[in-house]
Amino acid sequence: MSDSGILTGEYFINGDEACAEGAIAAGCRFFAGYPITPATEIAERMARRLPQVQGICIQMEDEIASMAAILGASWGGTKSMTATSGPGFSLMMENIGLGMMTETPCVIVNIMRGGPSTGLPTLVGQADVMQARWGSHGDYEVIALSPSSPQEMFNLTIEAFNLSEIYRLPVLILGDELVGHMSEKVIIPPSDQIHQVSRVRPSQSPDGYLPFMAGDNLVPPMACAGEGYHVHVTGLTHDEQGYPQTTAQVHERLVRRLADKIRHNTSKIIQVEEFETANSEVMVVAYGCTSRTAREAVQILRSEGKKVGLLRLITLWPFPEERIRQVAQGIKAFIVPEINYGQIAYEVERCSQGRAETVLLPLMGGAIHTPENIMEAVKEYLP
Amino acid sequence: MKIRYQPIVPFDQEGFNRLKDEQHGLHPDDQYLKPGRIPHIWCPGCGLGVVLNTYINALKMTGIPIDRSVVVSGIGCTGRVAGYLNMDTYHTTHGRAIPFATGLSLTRPDLSVTVFSGDGDLFAIGGNHFIHAARRNVNLKVICVNNFNYGMTGGQVAPTTPVSARTTTTPYGNSEASFNLPYLAHASGAVYVARWTTFHARQLVNAIAETFSIDGFTFIEVIAPCPVGYGRPNKIGSGLDEMIYYKENSIVQNGADPRNVDIALKGKIVVGKFSEEKRPTFLGEYEEKILKKFRRTET
Repeated sequence: MSDSGILTGEYFINGDEACAEGAIAAGCRFFAGYPITPATEIAERMARRLPQVQGICIQMEDEIASMAAILGASWGGTKSMTATSGPGFSLMMENIGLGMMTETPCVIVNIMRGGPSTGLPTLVGQADVMQARWGSHGDYEVIALSPSSPQEMFNLTIEAFNLSEIYRLPVLILGDELVGHMSEKVIIPPSDQIHQVSRVRPSQSPDGYLPFMAGDNLVPPMACAGEGYHVHVTGLTHDEQGYPQTTAQVHERLVRRLADKIRHNTSKIIQVEEFETANSEVMVVAYGCTSRTAREAVQILRSEGKKVGLLRLITLWPFPEERIRQVAQGIKAFIVPEINYGQIAYEVERCSQGRAETVLLPLMGGAIHTPENIMEAVKEYLP
Repeated sequence: MKIRYQPIVPFDQEGFNRLKDEQHGLHPDDQYLKPGRIPHIWCPGCGLGVVLNTYINALKMTGIPIDRSVVVSGIGCTGRVAGYLNMDTYHTTHGRAIPFATGLSLTRPDLSVTVFSGDGDLFAIGGNHFIHAARRNVNLKVICVNNFNYGMTGGQVAPTTPVSARTTTTPYGNSEASFNLPYLAHASGAVYVARWTTFHARQLVNAIAETFSIDGFTFIEVIAPCPVGYGRPNKIGSGLDEMIYYKENSIVQNGADPRNVDIALKGKIVVGKFSEEKRPTFLGEYEEKILKKFRRTET
């Protein structure tokens, strides 16, 4: 282990473990969680690993407390994370909203299983995509990343921390049971090759400091506890001083800025992997474990000469509207396999604005699509 | 779609400066209050001003600098305490002040973390967090302002409302048993348990100051008047009447068995320091039993 505590090397580990390693590599030093299948391995790995880097791992009394604790730790100046699955994700929603309103950097991992309710604890699902986007009350913009391999669980966890620090908000990782539990080779690079970003701190003195006054990038510098800035942090609508205000004007200004700091930067945030997209007449749009099946289907179809490609969504939110809109102009149809009853498919349909047809391939959970499922759907358009 | 936005009204820096310059600094305690935040939102006769004042006096007495202390609150009238104090303050979600403060306290053991919240916040919606933080002995100074009802929402029944008391959601009198908070805190593992009323301002200052030097989860219950939400429907009268009631009906009994300090409607109120004990803290044990194993010795 290097001085930074990063386990540089090649490993055969599962996605949950890779996620924990990514967090440590990103500089996370506080984890609060509650056991839940299929995300428990993250908490277990953090409990073993965090003390080795002088970090703290605490098992809280529930997911509500876990989410609250990581917000508190973040205001203490420590990068923090929690990990859960559907039922726990539901419980976290109110405090995710607090994190959005108070602009608190942190990372929440949801290893999705079949829902609703207790559903399929041990089996795969992808049905929390819209909950991730709209789950807490009120208007806000989220960033949600969708890893499709253990290596990406590692990489995107670092990315999630960096985004949360840059834009000052809780960032979501929407993994799924399959990616969380599958074991593959994961390469952990040397510490000097890991890009770590930390929140911008105020450069001015506490005198006259406005904790929620942002510059052109719409992200205010963050003064953490005990630094002498005397910041009031509240989930109430607040002005640039951080003081509660109950006026429509202040609310408009605050909520618009919270949304715009993401909306104005979508081109920097969004990542889409393009696979065989050139000259495609049909485009498969997939994410997470489903994108692995989709890739197989596209490969087989391409070998048969079919003009089909794959847009693999690495960023689910903000949704890659621009790219979908562009692609829609030149193709016959989007094929959207999802392990839910249609969530991202609605976004695809919305963005294609009727220029291309959208075909949803739903699966309620507990299993993944077969390449044949996808190939059959494509062949309806490319016989 | 096309979007036509509402105009943005910019932050009124001048107005804020005026508020800060003209009204802040006149009172000697203003250094403890955030500039431009007074007047507060509490009703006439409310006990929260007294509690805020005693906290400030405890800081003065102990000499803890405002840069070294933070306050975390939940939601409700007491939840608003945080917003008036000129230090790092966190007004969190309903019931979740303690777990938020847990994350803060564990990552910043150099700071004194006080949780200020009401009886509903700490013991109804937040009850689970309270007992677990006390069990773990997280280093938190918890001050619960108990006014026997939900004041912010207009006087509903709380887990502390005595049997037979009237609130807007118990119009025929409360039929539920109430919590005895010192007993609950003590049984959950709090290392210091006391109760005072807002009439006992000096004892309260001493108690709060005393907890600052204790490493671990401390609990002070402050009985406070809520003339609007609780006093009026129960014919206790104004805030001043409630203070007279505290004066005439409080029994100071340091070391009282917490099992015997229940509060009945219009009954006696046993006050005092009920218990203090030493017990390893969460962070102390984590440090000693876990972190130390992986700390490299200086060469």
